[in-house]
Amino acid sequence: MAEVIKRSKPMSVNPLKASSSLGASLAFLGMRRAIPMLHGSQGCTAFGKVFFVRHFREPIPLQTTAMDHVSTVMNSDENVIDGLATICEKNHPDLIGLPTTGLSETQGTDILRLVREFRATHPQFDSISIVPVNTPDYVGSLESGFALAVTAIIDTLVAATNHVGRRHRQVNILANASLTPGDIETIKEWCEAFGLRPVVLPDLGDSLDGHLIEADNTPLTLGGAPREEIAAMGESIATLVIGASLDAAADLLRARTHVPDYRFDHLMGLDACDRFTMTLSEISGVAVPARLERQRAQLQDAMVDAHFMTGFLRVAVAGEPDLLAGMDALLHGCGAELVAAATPINSRVLAGLSCRQVHLGDLQDLERAARSENAQLVIGSAHAAQSAERLHIPLLRAGFPIYDRLGCHSRPWVGYRAARTALFDIANLVLEHHHDTPAHRSLFWTGGPREREVSLTAS
Amino acid sequence: MKVSEIIALQNEPACSHNKEEKSGCARPKPGATAGGCVFDGAQIALLPIADVAHIVHGPIGCAGSSWDNRGAASSGPALYRTGMTTDLTEQDVIMGRSEKRLLHAIKQAIDEFSPAAVFVYTTCVTAVIGDDVAAVCKAAENLWGVPVVPVDSAGFYGSKNLGNRIAGETMIKHVIGTREPEPARQIPGIRVHDVNLIGEYNIAGEFWNVAPLFDELGLRILGRLSGDARFRDVQCMHRAEVSMVVCAKALLNVARKLDEKWGVPFFEGSFYGIADTSQALRDIARRINDPDLTLRTEALIAREEARAHASLESWRERLRGKRVLLYTGGVKSWSIVSALQDLGMDVVATGTKKSTAEDKARIRELMGPDARMIDNGTASALLSVYKELHADILIAGGRNLYTALKARIPFLDINQEREFGYAGYIGMQELARQLALSMESPVWEAVRRPAPWANTKVIGLPLTAHEDSGAPDVRNGRTQESGVRYG
Repeated sequence: MAEVIKRSKPMSVNPLKASSSLGASLAFLGMRRAIPMLHGSQGCTAFGKVFFVRHFREPIPLQTTAMDHVSTVMNSDENVIDGLATICEKNHPDLIGLPTTGLSETQGTDILRLVREFRATHPQFDSISIVPVNTPDYVGSLESGFALAVTAIIDTLVAATNHVGRRHRQVNILANASLTPGDIETIKEWCEAFGLRPVVLPDLGDSLDGHLIEADNTPLTLGGAPREEIAAMGESIATLVIGASLDAAADLLRARTHVPDYRFDHLMGLDACDRFTMTLSEISGVAVPARLERQRAQLQDAMVDAHFMTGFLRVAVAGEPDLLAGMDALLHGCGAELVAAATPINSRVLAGLSCRQVHLGDLQDLERAARSENAQLVIGSAHAAQSAERLHIPLLRAGFPIYDRLGCHSRPWVGYRAARTALFDIANLVLEHHHDTPAHRSLFWTGGPREREVSLTAS
Repeated sequence: MKVSEIIALQNEPACSHNKEEKSGCARPKPGATAGGCVFDGAQIALLPIADVAHIVHGPIGCAGSSWDNRGAASSGPALYRTGMTTDLTEQDVIMGRSEKRLLHAIKQAIDEFSPAAVFVYTTCVTAVIGDDVAAVCKAAENLWGVPVVPVDSAGFYGSKNLGNRIAGETMIKHVIGTREPEPARQIPGIRVHDVNLIGEYNIAGEFWNVAPLFDELGLRILGRLSGDARFRDVQCMHRAEVSMVVCAKALLNVARKLDEKWGVPFFEGSFYGIADTSQALRDIARRINDPDLTLRTEALIAREEARAHASLESWRERLRGKRVLLYTGGVKSWSIVSALQDLGMDVVATGTKKSTAEDKARIRELMGPDARMIDNGTASALLSVYKELHADILIAGGRNLYTALKARIPFLDINQEREFGYAGYIGMQELARQLALSMESPVWEAVRRPAPWANTKVIGLPLTAHEDSGAPDVRNGRTQESGVRYG
């Protein structure tokens, strides 16, 4: 339905995009005892670290191959080998993620060969998994880089097997980049309500949920999906794929393991929640538990209560495609209208959005579309705050990065309860920004007693 | 940028780090490196110039994760907070279309935002593919008549510090001296003097704590690099009577060249702490050498110090004797040390990774001969020193913030992204408040305390039905070791 408007400006103003290298790093942060090392100059890592630290308010393990001017011009192979050896020796991780950057890709690095070379020369570190992935930042965005890393993790850790259902209560979850740690927790509880045991790749809900640990400090991730669990994904009874960006990862996992998969573009809004619930019930053979029934009824009640504020509400949304698709469903389901949309990259879900046009672009594109469409609410990251301010409309924060609020990273969006909270928040923002009809002061009052009265509504 | 030019920039004769052995300039070690790149440093130094369109020429990695993420405040235009990047695609890189895209991007910036000038930052990829950014900038300037300044700041050239210097060098080469200042507004009975501030970034608006004092003394801040600066402020820097280099060695090259080329003398100072703020004002007066200014400066210092000491009295009682572990990487150390000592606190150790022998001597002078100096700034090293010295709070850059919090220790952030200003006499109160707020917080006790059931061996002991006493049923010799009664 939506027309995808391609980029036509030479310059991106107020970028919406974050790099694919960062997206890949984020996916690796959802693995247990892991550390990503970006193959590029040290700034790629320093910026990425600040980006994630400020969003999650957590320490972020992230290293760099530290390309300098000599290795940039001559050869940076040694940087990769030395960097891997240093991390292996110092930190003994379970897994090292190795995303490339624009710099190393332009130089022409062959990251797969370098990992093979490291394996040949450093057999003492054979027990440490190394996952290389090509993520030049001039291709794709955070979402696609994340998906590439998920594919690469499957490629590295999951062997070709035919043991479907050996672990008869285990289900695989492939989780896309827009799912927050709070979302992952919700999805796990959802599965557990049906007596299923979820294995989540990557499990940001376990690593970046923000929890204090016994140890004072670790150079690696504080949690995440254990490598052994990922390796045993082939023994699950089903795979649940959340997000269109993970199509390729899901294809690979199914080809490797023959585990049947069920794909969902998102889990936002009543319909998507119902489909997921039905699927879990079918997979598990367990009837939908009463507590989910109750949550569903609560969401329905909230939809009814909130529809006075959400009906016909004109909303502008900026976000990666998977988030955009989910928001569209949530909004559409409560009578709101997606009138302006911007997203950094193309995706198969964009054509299905309910809005007239979706811009492959930046926050300036969103702001312009929102202005011309008279949007009443913006949904986007903290970077959209400036736009919302100029548009004089409220902002609901979602996506990356959110550094001016606490707790956004742990906030769930998927599931019945989260949908209810989101509707309440949208409705409350609308109520807060409600504009009363300005009082009319008649010209006939001039000189009369009404002229001298003190107005209560005048500012 | 040529290697010879980079080496020339690294050799800064005015910098005391040049004279003695230094430890901070080794090549970065793959897999064990922290800190930003040249582009990061150049951006830190120049981005606060508020009416300039700052275009990052490269793929999204550079601007995408760094635009509008710093706390430098502007009193007027907010153009510097608008993120602009050529956001190169694979086609641009492979087919050599990036120079063309840049030229059009400059046009777009000029058309949409009418900036005072355009700064174009070269990044790794555009340097590697050999874009002639300087030529594009020159062509754009000729075409549209707006100053377009190339900042050759590819990340792989080196560290953040080198990026600061490259930024400074670029200002010397392209901007400073390109405009003459307007005459200063006259203040009756006072002779107005022009000064420069170099390396002051107005983080969280902290310089506004000090700026009114400059007005009162008849000191016009003619040039700034770059807190709350406008392009024309930088253009006129060559006409100031004195430059103050604030808390940063990285832009000393600008100060030195202002001295060499235009005879503007400079000194290094700081606005952190009462003593240092007073010293800075005195130094300005001394360099300008106007007896009337000196008299008025002394009077102002006496008044402000008395006020500041009075307002800090209650804070001092609460902070006195508290032990601070300070890790700033080195350069800003002493000015913060003196501020903390003003508050009666005990700085038990400080970072010296980037410090010279001279710096270290000065630290010893301030902190006593037993001062502990830390070269290793990794999280685990800092935490072990913290424990060993029984410190009460860690003061460091934001990168270490959540590491400290995970270890359940109080923390104060003193870097670029922080949200509070500590400069000047007034800033000291905010500093004291933030220190007390973290150290005195009840959360530390709460998060260090184990869960009440942590030492209980019996778990889930059921209550016996129909029991009158409500006390737990203790059967088969099982007891609750903690002695806690459940009921």
